[in-house]
Amino acid sequence: MAISEIVTRIKKVLPDFKVLSICQSYADEIALKVRAQDFKDTCITLHKILPSPVMMLFACDARKERGSFAINCVFVDFKKNQWVIVGMDIPQENPSFDTLAKSMHSASLFEREIWEMFGIEPKDNPDSRRLRLHDEVWPKGNYPLRKDFKAIQAEKLSDYKFSRVEGEGIFEVPVGPVHAGIIGPGHFRFSVAGEPIINLELRLGFTHRGVEKLFEGKLYTDAVGLSECVSGDSSFAHSLAYVLAAEKISGIMIPAQADILRAIFLELERMYNHVNDIGGIAMDVGFSFLHAYASIIKETILQLNENLSGNRYLRKINVVGGVTQAIDETKKELLLDFLKRIKFDFSELVKILNSSVSFMDRVDTTGVLRRKTAEDLGVVGLVARASGIPTDLRKYFPGVYNQAKFKMMIQESGDVLARLRVRISEFEESCRLIEEFAARLNQDDKLRTEVKLKVGSALGYTEGWRGPVLYWLETSPAGLIERCKIVDSSFLNWQGLSFAVLGNIIPDFPLCNKSFNLSYSGNDL
Amino acid sequence: MINILKTRILKGVVTRNIEPEVIGQIESSGSELKSLILKKFGRSLHIREVDTGSCGACESEIISANNPIYDLQRFGINFVASPRHADCLLVTGPVSKNMFIALKKTYEAMPEPKFVITCGDCALNGGLFKDSYYVEGAVKDILPVALHISGCPPSPLVIIQTLLMFLRKKE
Repeated sequence: MAISEIVTRIKKVLPDFKVLSICQSYADEIALKVRAQDFKDTCITLHKILPSPVMMLFACDARKERGSFAINCVFVDFKKNQWVIVGMDIPQENPSFDTLAKSMHSASLFEREIWEMFGIEPKDNPDSRRLRLHDEVWPKGNYPLRKDFKAIQAEKLSDYKFSRVEGEGIFEVPVGPVHAGIIGPGHFRFSVAGEPIINLELRLGFTHRGVEKLFEGKLYTDAVGLSECVSGDSSFAHSLAYVLAAEKISGIMIPAQADILRAIFLELERMYNHVNDIGGIAMDVGFSFLHAYASIIKETILQLNENLSGNRYLRKINVVGGVTQAIDETKKELLLDFLKRIKFDFSELVKILNSSVSFMDRVDTTGVLRRKTAEDLGVVGLVARASGIPTDLRKYFPGVYNQAKFKMMIQESGDVLARLRVRISEFEESCRLIEEFAARLNQDDKLRTEVKLKVGSALGYTEGWRGPVLYWLETSPAGLIERCKIVDSSFLNWQGLSFAVLGNIIPDFPLCNKSFNLSYSGNDL
Repeated sequence: MINILKTRILKGVVTRNIEPEVIGQIESSGSELKSLILKKFGRSLHIREVDTGSCGACESEIISANNPIYDLQRFGINFVASPRHADCLLVTGPVSKNMFIALKKTYEAMPEPKFVITCGDCALNGGLFKDSYYVEGAVKDILPVALHISGCPPSPLVIIQTLLMFLRKKE
């Protein structure tokens, strides 16, 4: 039913639409294969009718098997609780495709990524600069994600061209890659006229480590540890999205107990990061007491993590097929006891925040990201919710969250205050959810199921604390990873930051930046 | 003003104590660390941190080492904003190609005498990422490294204790 329905909906807009193949391998995933000439129109139509930003757009090197490259574009359909993946094959000689970015801005970064990693040209994309393989150190014509890439061929190096703002009284302030704080590296170039920022250009990619390539050739049951090191503060969300993809391929159902445990750990990760950001926002307006208070709460949660799982950053819990750590009765008691203290501390913290007029004055109307801009850029996750966009995978995809009556938190104003408020209410909701989940724990249930290696491809997804974390995984018959495409929500949201700061003064940049708190390593991969 | 005083008196100490044995470990390692730093560095040790491609967990733990529970600052260790103010460079991450020049420049910007500490398994030899096309490899092949703090990531207590053992050895 659902399969033909999506085709009918596309045909309403595109009467000549022809689909080469269509399959629904999993309940939540529909894959359409179209002719190369139909790809662009199909994507734009789906973008409008679902409506959904481009959640993922990536290439695969299938030259050995089929003599072609493949390109897949992933959309999310919240009404039907499913993902729609549009794919096409393109010939291996002079590979190229028509740009989608002119009609959907959210495709732009993905196309630049495909261009630098695979050498597949997005024709007419207005921006063809590289994102991660910096021109100063990586010669042209080397495409590391192609299967036949072995080592760099020496070619000429070049320079990166920053977009320039010119005019009387305008000057540029370059910052980074090494920043003043203890933080990841990135280069920010502000163009200012007087105090207000009129353009901010981000140049990232400094922490690029070639993660996607490292996944390739590994047994898919062995690569969970690598996914945990993609973004350290989202270790659990990343490993969860990864194992979910692997479990879909294996065709296994994990025990209900493991599902609940995963949800508990995911919420703990959200809590320590949210409280850390609330403290960070306070710190960036000079409110150090509150920052200290928040960092005590963060430390408490990290210690709780260690007590529950043996790891402060919730690593080594997820495995393909389930989890390694149980929460038995003693640990459950400990969890609830810690939660009580954390909740009390947090309510005190919120009281102090709300009663500080000068703090509120700084965060109110600072760094506004309008809903229209956010939608056009394809911003996702927490930042999108603070700009009034209802998007949260926990809400729209069935599972333990549905049973716990999860409540999505939305703010309309899109400023630093809105992002702060979303964090505060999500923290409180997480506390409630964990209590709810803990009551459902069934100690007799198993923790993991047997895994049989299979061939296939699947999309794993979860709502991490920043937003959706997506893993698209493809395996060979021997169970080796052929391709692993990762999208952390930071990748889509960094552009949101460069729009949110416009018109603000440079001294407010750290504040805006902290209210987004995006991952460098999750973006750079 | 009176309100602030009133709240202060009514509230008392708001910070939480963690388990006494952990506190004991922090305190005993910390006070020895403090006396060694006092002797060797003439009061304080200033550290500049550089991320050369880490996942962010090491940074998070270094920040945690500065929170009110561990509070490295009271033992004489400060994290500074500029390499010009630093005695020591603390490097995390497997050194991506893009950070190679930035790392060297940061080191060169530091005044003598100076030394380098690596933090986390990636910085030792590239860790999980050592076979990548975009990783330069061990920090010790690029800069002279005096100490490595191992862990993925090392916890704040491990950071404090490893520093202490290092300074003890130098006595």
